[in-house]
Amino acid sequence: MSYTTSPHLLKANSVSLVMMQVCLALVPAIFAYTWLIGPAILIQIVIAVLAALLAEAMMLRVQGKPLAMFLSDGSAIVTALLIALAFPPLAPWWLVVTGTVFAIVVAKHLYGGLGQNPFNPAMIAFAICIVAFPALMSQWPSVGLKLSLIEQLNIILGLAPSIDALSGATPLDALKTALKLGEGNVNVADLLANQDIFGYFAGRGWEWVAFGYLLGGLWMWYRNLITWHAPAAFIAAMTLASGALWLYNPGQFANPLFHLLSGGAMIGAFFIVTDPVSGCTTPRGKLIFGAGAGLLAYIIRVFGGYPDGIAFAVLLMNLSAPVIDLLTQPAIFGMKDKK
Amino acid sequence: MLMNLFKFHGGVKPPTNKTQSNALPISIAPLPSRLVVPLHQSIGGTPKPVVTAGDKVLKGQLIGEADGWISAAVHAPTSGTVSEVAMHIRPHPSGLDSLCVVIEPDGKDEWLAHGPADYPAMSPADICAYLQQHGVVGLGGAGFPTHGKLTPAPSVAMEDLIINAAECEPFITCDDLLMRERAEEIIRGTAIFRDMLKPKRVLIGVEDNKPEAIAAMQAAVNALNEPFSVVAVPALYPAGGAKQLIRVLTGKEVPGSMRSTADMGVQVFNVGTAYAAWRAIAHGEPLISRVVTVTGNVKEARNYEVLIGTPMDELLALGHPKADTDGILMGGPMMGFLVPNPQVPVVKATNCLIAHSSELFPPAPPEMPCIRCGSCARACPHELQPFEMYWFARAKNFGKTQEYNIFDCIECGCCSYVCPSHIPLVQYFRFAKSEIWAREREKNAADSAKERFEFKQLRDEREKAEKAEKLAKAAAAQAAKKAAEAAAAAAAAAAAENTESAENIDSSTASTPEVAPPALAPQGDFLRGAVDAEKEAKKFAIQAAMERAKAQREAAQVKNTDNLNAQQARDIADIEARREVIQPSTQTVDGNKT
Repeated sequence: MSYTTSPHLLKANSVSLVMMQVCLALVPAIFAYTWLIGPAILIQIVIAVLAALLAEAMMLRVQGKPLAMFLSDGSAIVTALLIALAFPPLAPWWLVVTGTVFAIVVAKHLYGGLGQNPFNPAMIAFAICIVAFPALMSQWPSVGLKLSLIEQLNIILGLAPSIDALSGATPLDALKTALKLGEGNVNVADLLANQDIFGYFAGRGWEWVAFGYLLGGLWMWYRNLITWHAPAAFIAAMTLASGALWLYNPGQFANPLFHLLSGGAMIGAFFIVTDPVSGCTTPRGKLIFGAGAGLLAYIIRVFGGYPDGIAFAVLLMNLSAPVIDLLTQPAIFGMKDKK
Repeated sequence: MLMNLFKFHGGVKPPTNKTQSNALPISIAPLPSRLVVPLHQSIGGTPKPVVTAGDKVLKGQLIGEADGWISAAVHAPTSGTVSEVAMHIRPHPSGLDSLCVVIEPDGKDEWLAHGPADYPAMSPADICAYLQQHGVVGLGGAGFPTHGKLTPAPSVAMEDLIINAAECEPFITCDDLLMRERAEEIIRGTAIFRDMLKPKRVLIGVEDNKPEAIAAMQAAVNALNEPFSVVAVPALYPAGGAKQLIRVLTGKEVPGSMRSTADMGVQVFNVGTAYAAWRAIAHGEPLISRVVTVTGNVKEARNYEVLIGTPMDELLALGHPKADTDGILMGGPMMGFLVPNPQVPVVKATNCLIAHSSELFPPAPPEMPCIRCGSCARACPHELQPFEMYWFARAKNFGKTQEYNIFDCIECGCCSYVCPSHIPLVQYFRFAKSEIWAREREKNAADSAKERFEFKQLRDEREKAEKAEKLAKAAAAQAAKKAAEAAAAAAAAAAAENTESAENIDSSTASTPEVAPPALAPQGDFLRGAVDAEKEAKKFAIQAAMERAKAQREAAQVKNTDNLNAQQARDIADIEARREVIQPSTQTVDGNKT
């Protein structure tokens, strides 16, 4: 018997179990996404997961790390899922592969591998691709567009012509463009109420995907996989910022609910800013991290050049996370009144 | 009893595994084949053995005398013969030896005459001494001598006396059974502690997974009409940690750096300790047995009243361990340890033996990298950041581990228990702590070596200076005598007719050094004397004295003794005699040096 030390009991828990639950939490959103767009998202997920696992295996091999143990930890799969969900669903396969491979090889392994990466790999993938291929990253299919599995597969694999003709703007994009073109004569409330692209709360159809993320996120919170701090702060910051401007000028600024249910806000709030490796770990740190990400995302989204700002907001906050953690160390047992 | 309870941060809920062993009543374990009683069974000084091999001892007879205030006596658990007083492995993770008294039982289990203490007549100091002599120590695990906790802090009023009956570790049920069966004696023991400490409240904290024990304790409190509160606390490991229980019951948080909870007006005793104190006071029985849970990979788990010193394998055999048992855990699975060998004895701190098997306690899967998920921080009852301490412990950056308060870690194991990466966090923290202690010791050793060296240098210099001074004084004495001689010679030449006076002067100068030896006389006085004694031949005499002093410094001994007159020879003899007086003292200093 090998000499073991206390504790001799361990909870039935593992990294793969954690990652598996995160994947499970994404299922409602994936379900809504599939209902909205069709099987394209599933094809992208398969492509991203295969690319992630291959890249992971290659990097583990290069570093001489045990393949089976690390490939089965599920962390690469989570990254792949997030990339697939963040990218336009009809993006060419090589774009998703490029993003995924970059995320795994550079953003994850070159920074030291599992548990060491200072940046969220999926957000790095998104940022790299939107900077390098802005046109491709902005082509989102029109919601009303119904394509068969074969048609979608052909577009993704590049066998059919690109989707230029088929694509429309995202709700965020549409709003931004309309405001720009309207030059102050457009009323946001009218836009949201009358344009076909907008649904009950935000983008038609997309709002349900957002609810899917919310549902999965709440389940992760219930399962103690995440704490409430970062998502709550993210949502609060975005609500406050958008609410203030909306109250100031409802004609020019969309309401908070629209912002929360558009673009990457919900996946960001529950699946991105809660990434423990690249985010903050102390309770107060998580609040600052979430609030910072929410505020920056809103600012980039409304005043910046990109249709959405989650990726850049998170990466900027990733940079600050170590310092925030250092400055927000909680008082320990018995020392609370002495801090 | 309804009262406002508080929560402590974190904690875990491992499967309790208590039902295996709490169904059967406490059974008296049979007399073992031999008893190995370690003398060091409590925190503090190791008791001094008062028996030697071959001595006959009776049950309850003193075999180890308390050494110092924080120390408690050790007694023979049964009657028999002392076969040896020797080093044996003690039940400690280190596996180190300690001095043990080995007793071959004679089977008669014959008691030393004993009886109840005259409790009402005893002063608090008497009671402390009595408990110390009866070997009563904390039975919760740490083994702090009980009498050492029965004096209230002078500056802080004692508010709460807490009896710790939480028993939060899985598998262990010894306190549960003790409360079910001997509640009244526990309450009486608690009353003694109450009389000593005079707290405002007495709280008995029991985890709510022991309803029978709570009922029995409440019934005993009612029967004895004591104003004690039996409080059911939520079952959450480590609610039985002293500081956690204080937090739950009183809302107070005792900082990790605070040595005694009495400084916060709280004192905590284990329920078994209260029982042992009562047995000592009411029956005069020293602490020679305790209730031990035998459980784990055994066919018949139950609690036994076991003599201290019983070899663990003999005790475990009573539970019929299964064939795949591969070790013995002392204590619970969260904080207990595998004993170094199965023959180590049961000690006062042994509350539970768990037969270990790899099926019951599967070895941890391979360690994965930390993903900073923060589960450990959420589980830590002391609100530490285990994953941060882990990084720094792993990097051997021990200063940083201290910045993250590693010494507040109580090694409860919650962090390791929840870690999805199966990192043995507690082990990393133990490593870091022992490295810090080792470095501290090394630093202290280096500091004292440096101090010793500097002191030696200082002393060498001082000795050199003293030697030089001595030689200078000797030279001055020589000069004085020379001057006296010259004066005498001058006087003889000037007044040749009066030889008697010359003799008088002669004798007076000869006696001068004896009256005021140079080593004792202040130099200034002496020189002044010399100046007084000699006036005409002053310059010449000083020059001669300096020459002599120089010669003495070079040779450290007078060599130019060839062409001296009788007077000079006598002077030299005098100087030599004085040097003999001085020399032994310098030799003593040398002796100290080496």
